[in-house]
Amino acid sequence: MNNFKQIKHLYARAAFGIRFEDLHDHEHWSVKKAVKKLFKASEVNEPLLAIDENIDLRYRLNQMEETRKQIQQDRNQQEKKLNTAWIERMGTTDAQLREKLTLFWHNHFACNIGNSLYAQQLNNVERKNALGNFKTLVLEVSKTPAMLQFLNNQQNQKGHPNENFARELMELFTLGRGNYTEDDIKQSARAFTGWAFDRNGEFTFRPRVHDEGEKTFFGKTANFCGEDIIDTILARKECASFISKKLYRYLVNDTIDENHVKQMADVFYNSNYEIKPLLEYIFTADWFYEDKNIGNLIKSPVELLVGLNRQFYISYQNPDVLIQFQRALGQLLFRPPNVAGWAGGRNWIDSSSLMYRMKIPSIILNAGLIEFEGKANPEDEAYLAATRKQQLNVIKRVQAQPDWTKFMADIPKNTSNDEIARFMLEPVANNLEIKEASQINDIKTLVIQLVSTPEYQLC
Amino acid sequence: MKRRDFLRNTALVSGAYLIPAFLKPFEALAMNDLTGFKNLVIIQLSGGNDGLNTVIPYGNDVYYQKRKTIAVNPTDLIKLDDMQGLNPNLAALKELYDQGWMSIINSVGYPNPDRSHFRSMDIWQTGSEANQFLSTGWIGRYLDSNCQTCKNPYTAIEVDDTLSLAMKGLTKKGIAVQDPNKLFQTTREPFFKDMVHAHQDHLNEDNLGYLYKTMIETYSSADYIQKTAKTYQVKADYPATGLGNQLKTVSKFINSGLQTRVYYVSLSGFDTHTGQQAQQGRQLKIYADAVAAFIKDLKQTDKLDDTLVMTFSEFGRRVEQNASNGTDHGTANNVLIYGGKLKKAGIYNPAPDLVNLNQGDLQYQVDFRDVYATVLDKWLDVNNSQILNKQFAGLDFV
Repeated sequence: MNNFKQIKHLYARAAFGIRFEDLHDHEHWSVKKAVKKLFKASEVNEPLLAIDENIDLRYRLNQMEETRKQIQQDRNQQEKKLNTAWIERMGTTDAQLREKLTLFWHNHFACNIGNSLYAQQLNNVERKNALGNFKTLVLEVSKTPAMLQFLNNQQNQKGHPNENFARELMELFTLGRGNYTEDDIKQSARAFTGWAFDRNGEFTFRPRVHDEGEKTFFGKTANFCGEDIIDTILARKECASFISKKLYRYLVNDTIDENHVKQMADVFYNSNYEIKPLLEYIFTADWFYEDKNIGNLIKSPVELLVGLNRQFYISYQNPDVLIQFQRALGQLLFRPPNVAGWAGGRNWIDSSSLMYRMKIPSIILNAGLIEFEGKANPEDEAYLAATRKQQLNVIKRVQAQPDWTKFMADIPKNTSNDEIARFMLEPVANNLEIKEASQINDIKTLVIQLVSTPEYQLC
Repeated sequence: MKRRDFLRNTALVSGAYLIPAFLKPFEALAMNDLTGFKNLVIIQLSGGNDGLNTVIPYGNDVYYQKRKTIAVNPTDLIKLDDMQGLNPNLAALKELYDQGWMSIINSVGYPNPDRSHFRSMDIWQTGSEANQFLSTGWIGRYLDSNCQTCKNPYTAIEVDDTLSLAMKGLTKKGIAVQDPNKLFQTTREPFFKDMVHAHQDHLNEDNLGYLYKTMIETYSSADYIQKTAKTYQVKADYPATGLGNQLKTVSKFINSGLQTRVYYVSLSGFDTHTGQQAQQGRQLKIYADAVAAFIKDLKQTDKLDDTLVMTFSEFGRRVEQNASNGTDHGTANNVLIYGGKLKKAGIYNPAPDLVNLNQGDLQYQVDFRDVYATVLDKWLDVNNSQILNKQFAGLDFV
């Protein structure tokens, strides 16, 4: 039995891709065994601990301009540190499935705030519950200072409800549009009055500003509190469907198969919103391994970068460059464009982002040079000559070190170019690159070319 | 090297393959042919700009009753007539207004308004009904309409890193260009050029086909935009802000004679649930200073008569402020129009009615698609029903 194709696909979706030697080792496993191993490796939950200071507490009235500037600088430093710590984690951890799902929840509970300690705390809540229970996750996320601040629940008070949190809770976190009314928003906002956080970043309930009156929510009238509202929402099957649909887009296909999503929603709902059984169901479903579901998802910029980092054991001396890549590609971790997160799919791709995506791998791996044999063209020759001349500058600026020796050592002797191409690219191999690949003598050139293709953008 | 490659690469030397055949006639157009080539510039204010604190109905007491702590005092604002005035941070716009280059359309919205940022922004960008979900943008459908000049991706340029839904049609889409030179340089990569050429005939509807299609379009556009844009240097001064830089790039494109009809830029930061005065004030100042520089620049270069600028936001905000010195999501809002040839400059229609509200929100008087219809019919020369899926009467501002 050789499950090369299935195992590779599973790792492309449930993780950030597989290394050559691991695939060589796992390709005889059954899908079930591989799934089990993925969960096993993700049992450990290690929080990110890059930030330990709440910089907001440094502000005082009448501070010197200089002091304020320093605080702002430190704030920027914290943000970079948190961002790159997570990128590094995703690129090196064995708990790949946990990080992959944390990335999903990071986008699902999109939050964009200036306080890195709070952002880290929210990220850790998402990591802790990434494979756990969705209800616990929603409740804990709702109580993080990050979300309370981002969706203005600090200002949600009796007599002056601020509806921002209640609206996004239903529209984006649980039910999706069309499954609640404007009145449900108005009423439930009152139930969350008094949910706040204190100076220490701890959730606190402020009974004095909580609205104790009766609220009518989804047809029932009582003095509901926030927890009641979340219970009521999750009791609705629409919630299981909404999350299943979004997860399907993340793990399976942009184009929804209503039947598959319905199966997923049933599993999710019947398990009381346990995430693990839902994922197991997806990864062991026959349809997950159908050709149309292989190599047809557009990697997010972070998946693209992390995938490279894992595959080529890249270390970055200058973390700023990781931030620049994320910006250029349109996905800066912890800075989603709005409350709905990154739209994903084809939205990642437009003229400039696609060109960056195809160029960045060679910048990291080979100081920007993509060797090309068509040297009869003077324009091309001039371009390649100029690129070679620039290589030292690129190296100085990027300061990234791939471990080519290790990468090459992973590839068993006598592996054909064709096999390397089939391994590096997810789309079912029938493309011109593979034909042309067989004519290249140097593996490094071949690999650089492969990671610089549109095919490499897919997983 | 294979013989096939050699032949192909020899053909490349001429650069001919970079320009699909259908582009040729346009390339051949001389600059003179371009006079009368009309441009539309769309400025999107993201987050839901509070229109009532932008163009302020200071002549209406209700405004002061409902906005106890965030109202702008009559003495601070820039009076336009005895009812409405501009937020003081918009001081730079006063000159444009006095010159007759600015028109304010009040109470623009749509039936059954949606108060979600994303949904309402989608409605504005797609030109849909509130209960209709469209996956193409109104400018994208204009590109799809096959009008004489909209065959190329660079017919609609978004000066940004990513492309908005408004710019995406079913078969055609605009192009996102933050820096034309950077984009062009990446397309010179020999390996990429080879792939572009090799895959012209292998385009499927799946994501891989989509990637190749995008790549091929990028090639034909990047070359043209770069070569055209570099022929002109902007002489006017622009504020050193994101929007200032974007509009400066638009000026460069327009003045170099780029065959682009629609430009799209955006400014965010208008979701002012708390501490609105300072935050909105900052954003409005960035907006006004950049727009004033742009309009005056175009006046200098004689392009203002051929340019129409439209500013919108996904919704206005609730008439009554909230308890945190901010405002919550609302409905109808003003749309600001600029141009050298406005038919009706100044305040286009009566100030918003602050009394007859719906759930505390303004009721729209002008459908935003009537604004689009006007632009489509009278400025972009296509029948609006073709783009908006039904006929709109339009307005009379151009």
